[in-house]
Amino acid sequence: MNTFKIIWLELWKRKSQLISGILAITLGIAVIVAIQSISVVSKQNVAKKLDNLGANILVLPQGTSIDDYYTSDIDAPTLPMEYVERILTSSISGVDNMSPKLTRRVKVGETSIVLTGILPKSEIASKPLWQNAGLVGAELETACAPSNAENKSQGFEDEKLKRKVIDTLNRYDCLLGSQISKKLKLVENSKITINSQEFKAVKVLPETGTVDDDRVFAHITTVQELLNAPDQISTIEIMGCCNAISEGLLGKLRNILPDTRITTINQIVSTQIETNRLMDKVTLIFLIIIFFVGGISMGNYIWANVNERHKEIGVLRMMGASKGMIYKLFLFKAVFLGIVGGILGFVIGTIAGMLLGPYLAGMSVQPLYMYLLWSLLLSIVIALTGTVIPAYLASKIDPHTNLQEE
Amino acid sequence: MNLTIEKLAKEYTTKDGKVNAINNINLVINKSDFVTITGPSGSGKSTLLLSLFGLIKPSSGKIFFDDKRIDNISDSALAKIRKNHIGFIMQNFALIPYLTTVQNVMIPLSLLGVNKSEQIKRATEVLEFVGLKNRLNHLPRQLSIGQQQRVAIARALVHNPSVILADEPTGNLDPALSLEILDFLKKINTEKGITVIMVTHSPTAAEYGNKKIKLNNGELVN
Ligand SMILES: Nc1ncnc2c1ncn2[C@@H]1O[C@H](COP(=O)(O)OP(=O)(O)OP(=O)(O)O)[C@@H](O)[C@H]1O
Ligand SMILES: [Mg+2]
Repeated sequence: MNTFKIIWLELWKRKSQLISGILAITLGIAVIVAIQSISVVSKQNVAKKLDNLGANILVLPQGTSIDDYYTSDIDAPTLPMEYVERILTSSISGVDNMSPKLTRRVKVGETSIVLTGILPKSEIASKPLWQNAGLVGAELETACAPSNAENKSQGFEDEKLKRKVIDTLNRYDCLLGSQISKKLKLVENSKITINSQEFKAVKVLPETGTVDDDRVFAHITTVQELLNAPDQISTIEIMGCCNAISEGLLGKLRNILPDTRITTINQIVSTQIETNRLMDKVTLIFLIIIFFVGGISMGNYIWANVNERHKEIGVLRMMGASKGMIYKLFLFKAVFLGIVGGILGFVIGTIAGMLLGPYLAGMSVQPLYMYLLWSLLLSIVIALTGTVIPAYLASKIDPHTNLQEE
Repeated sequence: MNLTIEKLAKEYTTKDGKVNAINNINLVINKSDFVTITGPSGSGKSTLLLSLFGLIKPSSGKIFFDDKRIDNISDSALAKIRKNHIGFIMQNFALIPYLTTVQNVMIPLSLLGVNKSEQIKRATEVLEFVGLKNRLNHLPRQLSIGQQQRVAIARALVHNPSVILADEPTGNLDPALSLEILDFLKKINTEKGITVIMVTHSPTAAEYGNKKIKLNNGELVN
């Protein structure tokens, strides 16, 4: 028998109250951990995207948002494939390379995946990492060296990318992003059935840390057939010459491509950075709220607990427990509840982040174990703050007043 | 062990004014005394008993325990004296409801920092002594009234106190059980030399004392 055993046995005796004591803290921490674990991945993604994306202009169907571009909903609008031709045959200069893509969320067995149709030879093996996969063909000639001024302004240094193209991709071949290959437990040369069509996974792409990791790539015409969307694409990624962009390339493209939304990656990145800032603000607000709500609900719970245990406190004092010991009894209990609340909050938040991440941010979220430490710290501090006063009042209870009660 | 009380008084302040619960109490108690305190309800018996070792803070007067003044020392010093030297038995048993028999009896030892195996050993011994060897893992509510009071006695004895303070220990028991408990207290008093100070309503119980004190209106009557 010792102080901890007493705390433990008492807690165990009154399990249901325990939940009400830590509920607010646990939920608050869960929300923060969920937001942060998604937002951290999304931040990393912005950085990586800047490093790895070859294209700097996106052509999207009118009315689609950047989110649609990432999440690829079933009924997202499309563009006619013919637009690619239109740009090529126009007199517009400064377009170095174009890669049309058709992206859709599809099912493989029970798992929902994102399938992206790409056009070999024009699909930019933009991602320098992909180049190690042995897919690359001739180096792409650029009309003018891409300037990275925009990227630098976002705080990311970008090495001059070697732009190469994927040479060939057979009709029923596919490439697997590194995450999706793990998720589907597929290796190179395994078979994969998408919409009752069997594909051969010719390559598992190296990890890039971007949405590409969660995608399956196949030839665009195959994907169009498979999805019953002939000559439709969801986006054209354009590698534009920076000088041309500043000279009004976007406007010229808009003139020849009606019903489209044309935007630079720079704008997309800014939007994402905006979103991340918003996430951080939401986190801060939540932090303040859970501090008060969590602290007060904890204090309330401990105070009710103190009142319920008047007689018990009297008995302990009678047997020679000092005021300090009574004080400690409740503070230790708060620490214990803080630990439980912090761990639970972290676990729930992480699971929520991992479940929601792919839908909200279009990428897989990994547990951030650093956040376990922060969750614990935060939760313990909140629990203790809420408990200090009720525990102090408990230690002040006159030992004799409740001793004679029935 | 000796306990000397000089001009002890306790005044409660309430909304209706002041209550002189005890007044001008002078008393000397020696080792192995069996002191009984009787008197009408409200005469100050409990107040006197609980004032002796700081559970109630007296308003004036002096208390000497083993020739050292203890009425004006700190709360933690008083707690330490209770922990080391005093065992309490209350009319309502004052058992902790979510602890088993043996765990309840282990608490005084745990407060003294005795290690766990020693706690179990000594608690079991003393429970055996009060005849509850086969009820070690029962919760208080799973015990009869008489058994609960014996657990309380075991808890009061487990740390070998020099004084046992009992506030109507037989108040909730039927006559047969009362006699059993009283005989028991007498036994530890004579066999172990433990001083017993017992508040009681019952004249039979009062007969157990070698020193019989009567209170009326907070004052000693002879
Ligand atoms: N906490 C308190 N605040 C105010 N007055 C009190 C308090 N405790 C006791 N009293 C008063 O002090 C007087 C003595 O009370 P005490 O409990 O010592 O009597 P008692 O002799 O033990 O009575 P009983 O036999 O009924 O237990 C009573 O008049 C009571 O009303
Ligand atoms: Mg009384």
